[in-house]
Amino acid sequence: MTDPIAAFRFGHGLPLPDGAPTTPEAMLATLAGPDRAAQDFPAPGMAEVLPAFRRMRKTNSALRKSPDDRALKKADRTARRASSLLALQGAKAALARATASPDGLRERLASFWGDHFTTVARAPVLKPFPTALMEDAIRPNLTGSFADLLTAVTLHPGMLTYLDQVNSIGPNSRRGNLRDRGLNENLARELLELHTLGVGASYSQADVRQMAELLTGLTFVPQDGFAFDHARAEPGPETVLGISYDGAGDEPIRRALRDLARHPETARHLSRKLAVHFVSDTPDPGLVAAIESRWRDTDGNLLAVTEALLTHPAAWSDTAEKARQPFDFMAAAFRALGFSGARIMEMAPDVFGRIALTPMALMGQPFQSAPGPDGWPEEPQVWITPQRLAARISWAIKVPGLLVTPLPDPTAFATRALGPRATERLLWAAARAESLREGVGLVLSSPEFNRR
Amino acid sequence: MDNPALRLSRRRLLQGGLLLGCSAAAHPLMTTLTLAQGTAGLGENRLVVIILRGAMDGLDVLRPVGDPAFAALRPDIAATPGLPLDGFFELHPGLAGLAPLWAAGELGFAHATSTPYRDKRSHFDGQDMLEAGTGMDVPVAAVRDGWLNRMLQSVPGLSAETAYAIGRDAISTLDGAAEVRNWAPDQKLLLTAQGRLLLDHVYHEEALFRETAEEAFALTSADAPEGQMTEGQMTGAQMTEGQMTGGAAATGKLSDIDELVDFAADRLRGQTRIAAFSMTGWDTHRAQAREILRPLGRLERTVLRLKEALGPQVWGRTTLLAMTEFGRTVRQNGSDGTDHGTAGAMLMAGGAVRGGRVLGPWPGLAEADLYDRRDLMPTSDVRSYAAHAMRGLYGLDTALLEQTVFPGLQMGKDPGVLL
Repeated sequence: MTDPIAAFRFGHGLPLPDGAPTTPEAMLATLAGPDRAAQDFPAPGMAEVLPAFRRMRKTNSALRKSPDDRALKKADRTARRASSLLALQGAKAALARATASPDGLRERLASFWGDHFTTVARAPVLKPFPTALMEDAIRPNLTGSFADLLTAVTLHPGMLTYLDQVNSIGPNSRRGNLRDRGLNENLARELLELHTLGVGASYSQADVRQMAELLTGLTFVPQDGFAFDHARAEPGPETVLGISYDGAGDEPIRRALRDLARHPETARHLSRKLAVHFVSDTPDPGLVAAIESRWRDTDGNLLAVTEALLTHPAAWSDTAEKARQPFDFMAAAFRALGFSGARIMEMAPDVFGRIALTPMALMGQPFQSAPGPDGWPEEPQVWITPQRLAARISWAIKVPGLLVTPLPDPTAFATRALGPRATERLLWAAARAESLREGVGLVLSSPEFNRR
Repeated sequence: MDNPALRLSRRRLLQGGLLLGCSAAAHPLMTTLTLAQGTAGLGENRLVVIILRGAMDGLDVLRPVGDPAFAALRPDIAATPGLPLDGFFELHPGLAGLAPLWAAGELGFAHATSTPYRDKRSHFDGQDMLEAGTGMDVPVAAVRDGWLNRMLQSVPGLSAETAYAIGRDAISTLDGAAEVRNWAPDQKLLLTAQGRLLLDHVYHEEALFRETAEEAFALTSADAPEGQMTEGQMTGAQMTEGQMTGGAAATGKLSDIDELVDFAADRLRGQTRIAAFSMTGWDTHRAQAREILRPLGRLERTVLRLKEALGPQVWGRTTLLAMTEFGRTVRQNGSDGTDHGTAGAMLMAGGAVRGGRVLGPWPGLAEADLYDRRDLMPTSDVRSYAAHAMRGLYGLDTALLEQTVFPGLQMGKDPGVLL
């Protein structure tokens, strides 16, 4: 029988999709190959999001000039709907990939880094931006250097709008002088505190300020997406962590991001975060040290870092200390039920809302809506609360019957979903349920299914 | 079914009154309502603690217009005139509805106050420290206990069963060993009796799931007949729209808070003595003049509705403290907002409060008087106001407050929070 550790800890559960690798070497080799899931279940990047964004802006501003024009109203509604649908496609694709892809490690890493670089749409017109950031910046950079990932994310419109960089203007820049505008520290602070060094690291308020000055110029324009606007860039040089950055355009910013990415405190911060997310809230110090040392040896090559995680014995301890987060719970449930990625993509928007988005919110994890830039919490106690567990149980009992007819025999289903983790206790109970519906619900509600 | 593990343990006493309508828990702005009861230990006085998440700008809410430096620091943010309070401070027009309370002595503030948190200006660490009530000497990562919880554990006559909570998230002022329950009133559980027994069996050896499920069943009608679960549970088409936009604080009607406030008030009129919850939306990095109106409106509505719903007698014994993790920069930033700062303001309201005053020495806004040349200098520890209030309300002694509830705090002279 399949070793469940790979499937639970580094994937979205059992049964493994056809062709799924099971050894660390094979998992890493698959990860190093092409992103097939993104091809199979496409989601929009900025190239598709921008035209919709521009249309929406156009109808919006036209409507402001003539608010009673019925044709304009209709055009505005159509534009809004198109943008919403792009966001919805992102949500569906994320769930379909997690459910169906044999390359489960890639999906889990995409979620991890997407959460590390949390973005939330702060206005209706920005709805598809978090999805675009995932497609453009996160997924293409899962196996390269962390510096590339960090740079792609920091320069992405999704991040520039979420953390107010688009509103930050060098006080002594041309626009700053002209319009009496100035800095906004939001992105600079989270870049140091959350994205790289960590809050415990040895940076100061002065570094935050200098970083904010250095980042001026980065902005988002509807025509091209990312842009560097010289008119709002604070004249250099700026000194961050003792290093002076000066030069034209975004080059010094890229250099600073590169230095932050390879900083030893970044290596320490993120190595621990990886071990905590995948293995344990109190990870084996040897595991953290192994990841950190590989990070430093390779300047944060993420394939090598992932390999250090996957090849350490502590990563294969036969424990299940973590709780599956609601997104993982749902993907694993779809997978165990044999509900295909294609059928997820076919769901009508309101159905997908009822089956997936609303329940995920009730379980405590509304899609792409983390409470802050620090992303979702890790501790099982946060996810397994009375109300959130009740939402899982309700979903487990109510939804499978809407997806699959007939429902499987609960005992067989337990074995299929859990492999050797199906305990005697659970099999005993599953066999005694009054209905298939409750039997399947019991399996999906069980600690064995909800732990990883 | 003779397995002893399958015995039901319901706590019916907790069921009554817990089922509110759907909307209260669906709105994201007020994530938690924590209630504690125990008249024997706590007497008749009520304490309401509101955590304002995101760092409320004290300099905007309570504007020091009498300071000669103020006007130049915030030309755009403070453009709309405030309401004169005492000749030095003005109240933000977004709280105009609270002006009568000020006149009646039922509203006051402490200014230039902060927790001991300094320098990193991280929301997350700042909130942890505010709710934990500790100083900087305790590593933030090691802090998971909350000061309200430590207070509850030290009050005699308050048994573990007398504190419970409603909401989507635990609030850590009450995290810790005293038993606290979490519940959002929109969640129902539907299982047949047999299903419930089997689930108990499946959870038997897993403490986290077993105890959590017991709470869940105790807090809902576990034996609802099949089919009673309304479609509202799984339909909620409005959420597809709502949750794709994400922006929690950016949306939602002000009246979203009413149910929660009414529920808290109902409880406070009964046996409940302490209520704590949080409100978000204060992280005004841009367009603050506009962005702050919503959280202010929500705060104003909460205070007024609470007063109304409690009635004169209970309101007369109520102390409401609204505190935030830190203040914001004294200068407006480049996008007509403010960035993370240090000292800020605390709001006090209630019939038990000695209002109509702004407490705390004013440090001044001249550049040399600022913290780090950018933030309002803290001149008091916000924990000392809470500690003095709890001493006055519940007769807790200074040593307990300084050593157990707020370890390391020097309470100092009584600032006179209460009447």
